[in-house]
Amino acid sequence: MSTAISSLPLPAATVPRRAPRRVLPGFNLTLGYTVLYLSLIVLIPLSALVFKTFTLNWDQFWAAVSSPRVLASYRLTFGASLIAAAVNVVFGLLVAWVLVRYSFPGKKIVDALVDLPFALPTAVAGISLTALLAGNGWVGQFFEPWGIQLAFNPNGVVIALIFIGLPFVVRTVQPVLEDTEQELEEAATSLGATRWQTFRHVILPSITPALLTGFAMAFARAIGEYGSVIFIAGNMPMVSEITPLIIIGKLEQYDYAGATAVATVLLLISFALLLLINSLQAWQRRRAGGAA
Amino acid sequence: MSDQIRRAARAGTTEPAWVRHTLIALALAFMALFLVLPLAAVFTEALRKGWDAYWEALKEPDAWAAIRLTLLTAAIAVPLNLVSGVAAAWAIAKYEFRGKAFLTTLVDLPFSVSPVVAGLIYVLVFGAQGWLGPWLQAHDIKIIFAVPGIVLATVFVTFPFIARELIPLMQAQGNEEEQAAIVLGATGWQTFWHVTLPNIKWGLIYGVILCNARAMGEFGAVSVVSGHIRGQTNTMPLHVEVLYNEYQSVAAFAVASLLALLALVTLVIKSVVEWRHERELKAAADLPPENPNVRPVPAVSAVAVS
Repeated sequence: MSTAISSLPLPAATVPRRAPRRVLPGFNLTLGYTVLYLSLIVLIPLSALVFKTFTLNWDQFWAAVSSPRVLASYRLTFGASLIAAAVNVVFGLLVAWVLVRYSFPGKKIVDALVDLPFALPTAVAGISLTALLAGNGWVGQFFEPWGIQLAFNPNGVVIALIFIGLPFVVRTVQPVLEDTEQELEEAATSLGATRWQTFRHVILPSITPALLTGFAMAFARAIGEYGSVIFIAGNMPMVSEITPLIIIGKLEQYDYAGATAVATVLLLISFALLLLINSLQAWQRRRAGGAA
Repeated sequence: MSDQIRRAARAGTTEPAWVRHTLIALALAFMALFLVLPLAAVFTEALRKGWDAYWEALKEPDAWAAIRLTLLTAAIAVPLNLVSGVAAAWAIAKYEFRGKAFLTTLVDLPFSVSPVVAGLIYVLVFGAQGWLGPWLQAHDIKIIFAVPGIVLATVFVTFPFIARELIPLMQAQGNEEEQAAIVLGATGWQTFWHVTLPNIKWGLIYGVILCNARAMGEFGAVSVVSGHIRGQTNTMPLHVEVLYNEYQSVAAFAVASLLALLALVTLVIKSVVEWRHERELKAAADLPPENPNVRPVPAVSAVAVS
């Protein structure tokens, strides 16, 4: 270890602010183990998906991923996920704002409850939302007289996805809101801004990266969501069939190639969203670093 | 007079009372509608026909088998991910190396993969038509539509939880304390057990309970690999689905209520962990600044002895 220190080509005058990084043991062990584990659990199985897709030629692949029934499922999955993520941005910001800025009785319980969709198994959420929203359910009965069906159609899909995505927005916005400097708001007010102007021009810009990150996370989760949706969707082909269910349907008919092709489309979209979320978070960190 | 000034000063950073109350009411109404109501519905539906029917549903052999399988799955998946999560966090948080950002993304990857796709990839490796399918069949090993496949899919889906909790925590804490321990002659393991572990214990507990909640509740990935054999490869969430599709509503919600209880327990432990963590941080911040002259005598002697 001492050789590592002395071999560093540092001028004597500059004392290294961070000590040499490899003083701590275990680098090879932990990195090696992590890479091995990730390869076995994640990379090799995922590569099976890629290889299976390459056994199809382009026409077969295209036919599998663009049949009318599959296209209808993309429309539903993306449309419902977009609406749900947008609703989550509005109400997620509202909940985060209320939790950070105001005090009211039971605030700690409300704060803990925000994570319920993370902790509640999706199948439980699915059957419970279905029971609530069906025509004879606690909530559904109030909409039934107006001819509005909440369950067993795309409405149900959107509601289930709102439930699933809420914590993402709240939990990404909350810490940023806690860190915003009240001095800036005081300055804005003392310069004559109304409260709304302060929110619009001072607070909102500083939480925009977090809001977008939360939106992208909720959206990404909603695209792949299966458990909570299939109970409430009704699963009618062309109407209320989500893309993950298409994969299951193809698997049940032993159409492994077709299932793999659609899964590849979903996986590529997941990768794209993951990259987007990573760059949004980098933006967030730069924003935070610049403000400090 | 002074009250008026204080109110005027606060007006710069908060809203009029009616706005505050409206926003709080809106947020609470939304939370009640979307979070509290579904939770309440689970227990109401489960007890619709009374406690006797509830207990009958839980005592049924298939329900018991599902509970046992769920516990077994979590008992294997969580320790595996605990070890690898700590290893990944140590490698990523404590060192700089080429490809670190890529490795971090890989660790997060299972979160962004649809659960159905997660199940599918194991079918493609171990299934009858998969890479290892013929070999496994020749040796009479069953992975897909059997317990090993369920465990593997669960491990995949729950892998990021622990590493993800630990990485930001360990990065924020830096390496100074560990380096001091090493310089003072501690071995790597001693450093980990006596320096790192006490520092990360709350994050670790939080990661483990989240990992456990997801391991017990995973539906999509497990559904693809399980084959839904009653009494054998049905976990609790899958058993809920089977009962629900058979219109055994009370039985389905009875099993679901156990999972909902698990979720509530998870939330309570999480809140307690956060609360204790905050208290420790506050206690650390409230300590008098480092000054050898005002240090209590016992602390000095303890330092001298060690």
